[in-house]
Amino acid sequence: MSKTFQHLVSTAVPIAIENIDTDQIIPARFLKATTRDGFGENLFRDWRYESNNEPKKDFVLNNPIYKGEILVAGKNFGCGSSREHAAWAIGDYGFKVVISSFFADIFKNNALNNFILPIQVTDEFLDKIFSAIEKDPAAKLEVDLEKQTLKIAATGEEARFDINPYKKTCLINGYDDIDYLLSLRKEIESYEASREFNF
Amino acid sequence: MGKTLFDKIWDSHVVVSKAGFPDAVYINTHFIHEVTSPQAFDGLRKRGIPVFRTAKTRATADHNVPTIDQHLPIKEALSRKQVEMLTTNTKEFGVELYGLGHPYQGIVHVIGPELGITLPGMTIVCGDSHTSTHGAFGAIAFGIGTSEVEQVLATQCILQYRPKRMKIEVNGKLKKGVVSKDIILYIISKISASGATGYFVEYAGEAIRSLSMEARMTICNMSIEMGARGGLIAPDETTFEYIKGREFAPKGAEWDKALAYWKTLYTDADATFDEVLTFDAADIEPMITYGTNPGMGIGVTQHIPTLESMEEKEKPSFKKSLDYMGLEPGAGLLGKKVDYVFIGSCTNSRIEDLRMVADFVKGKKKADDVVVWIVPGSKQVEAQAKKEGIDKIFEAAGFSLRQPGCSACLGMNEDKVPAGMYCISTSNRNFEGRQGPNARTFLASPLSAAAAAITGKVTDVRELV
Ligand code: SF4
Repeated sequence: MSKTFQHLVSTAVPIAIENIDTDQIIPARFLKATTRDGFGENLFRDWRYESNNEPKKDFVLNNPIYKGEILVAGKNFGCGSSREHAAWAIGDYGFKVVISSFFADIFKNNALNNFILPIQVTDEFLDKIFSAIEKDPAAKLEVDLEKQTLKIAATGEEARFDINPYKKTCLINGYDDIDYLLSLRKEIESYEASREFNF
Repeated sequence: MGKTLFDKIWDSHVVVSKAGFPDAVYINTHFIHEVTSPQAFDGLRKRGIPVFRTAKTRATADHNVPTIDQHLPIKEALSRKQVEMLTTNTKEFGVELYGLGHPYQGIVHVIGPELGITLPGMTIVCGDSHTSTHGAFGAIAFGIGTSEVEQVLATQCILQYRPKRMKIEVNGKLKKGVVSKDIILYIISKISASGATGYFVEYAGEAIRSLSMEARMTICNMSIEMGARGGLIAPDETTFEYIKGREFAPKGAEWDKALAYWKTLYTDADATFDEVLTFDAADIEPMITYGTNPGMGIGVTQHIPTLESMEEKEKPSFKKSLDYMGLEPGAGLLGKKVDYVFIGSCTNSRIEDLRMVADFVKGKKKADDVVVWIVPGSKQVEAQAKKEGIDKIFEAAGFSLRQPGCSACLGMNEDKVPAGMYCISTSNRNFEGRQGPNARTFLASPLSAAAAAITGKVTDVRELV
């Protein structure tokens, strides 16, 4: 997993399903690993494979036409369990960006903590992306984090996206939250000393 | 202007607040379990740093553990490894562990409250989304990812943006046969699985106030299922009564001091919320879900929505969901055959839940073709149930009381519902494959689940109480 993110031009993989929960992204029975690697193999496991491990032909990850480092999904992506394994699986598979018209809170944090950029667009723009890919699976999307823009290359249509400035700096420079919190050691200790009810 | 309860607690835990940065928020209690902690401990090792405040972290093994023969080594190699890893990690880093066989072991969200670790006014996190359960005590409690577990282990703080505040008021009185699980399934069905995303919810109103602590926990537990960061309920006499005398609760002069503080924990009359929703308890009937997210719920006598009633965009997901469930749009669920009944999980596995089920099944017999799993939330719940003879009532009805753990809530141990089978479950998630590959879940209250165990089908429990 790369520890920085600035700019990306890539084709995208579309999954036009709403409310994709983290149990679909990585089912619980694959959460037994004790490292962060290797989860990509089981990304969308039960949508991707039959119970005898045969790939399901109609699932988009098994369709060689669709590839790229961007995943585009329906509204409320990443709801359900807080498992960070979902973000690890997406990153390990090779996705760097996930686009949806709505993200579950915890998933968004988990993605950012793993240098995967969740981009929230309007329902209308999401539809435009889906139809651009439907028209041409080789359609490219361009993400510019500095400018906070997402462009559909073929049509030139562009959307601005929000990201909080702190996380943006982290992504661009490869910092993480722990580096920052560790630098607050003195403040944390004096907070502790000041509290009457520090249970 | 006055403050909401949420803001009172949040403000008193902010260590550093800098423009453009998320707040660094101090965490009073951090619960960890075997599934979401190994990579966090690894991270500490890589950075060469210790756990900053070992006494504020408590560990238990729950997600992977078998629910029979817990005295034997865990059969499944990967599960065993994860549980062993927790033992090694907690030992190495000096964290207290209530592991398998310990009298305090159990589902992390059941043991915190019952041990008196969870207290009003606290900030509580855990690498598990149902951490919101602890909000029932008037605490800010929410689930976090593994990178955040590492943050809290390393610094006892977490970086967070202040969420928006929502109040959900449930007024009036519940009808017979309707319990707290029905309230929360009803709310989620009204506002959808993402209806509270970005918010922290405070539950209020007469119907909430009159609930016991255990019933309040059921409500707060499922806050995440409507997308909320967490949910809380202002503490009151019911709360204080519950906490008093518990193992780790403050005692003597400490208790008096704590109590005086807890009594300041309420939303001021002139405080404002970003959003307020109001429901009437009398409108709620026993609830059941028919789909593959917890927002897809209906009153047990109602019908699944028709395809025509859906917006165009929602149709594909709706169809996919019903195909998975093997159900037709527009159909009713009453009388639908169920194969499994699961009574357990951090939503409904407390002693009160088991009492409710025992009361109902006493003198009745389970339907022949139904498999019933009753899984207590903790060792202490199990012991209490035995003390009260609840295990005997279950045996007479043809059930058995298993040993504590998450069990069929997520099927990480052997308790998996077979493909294609229908399970009525008191847990909190009906996602595809949640209870086992291709298993089909109906979420409902312990009372409705018990009724199905007796009749073998989806039943309106009001006809039996
Ligand atoms: S019982 Fe289920 S929801 Fe609760 S902590 Fe365990 S796995 Fe999570």
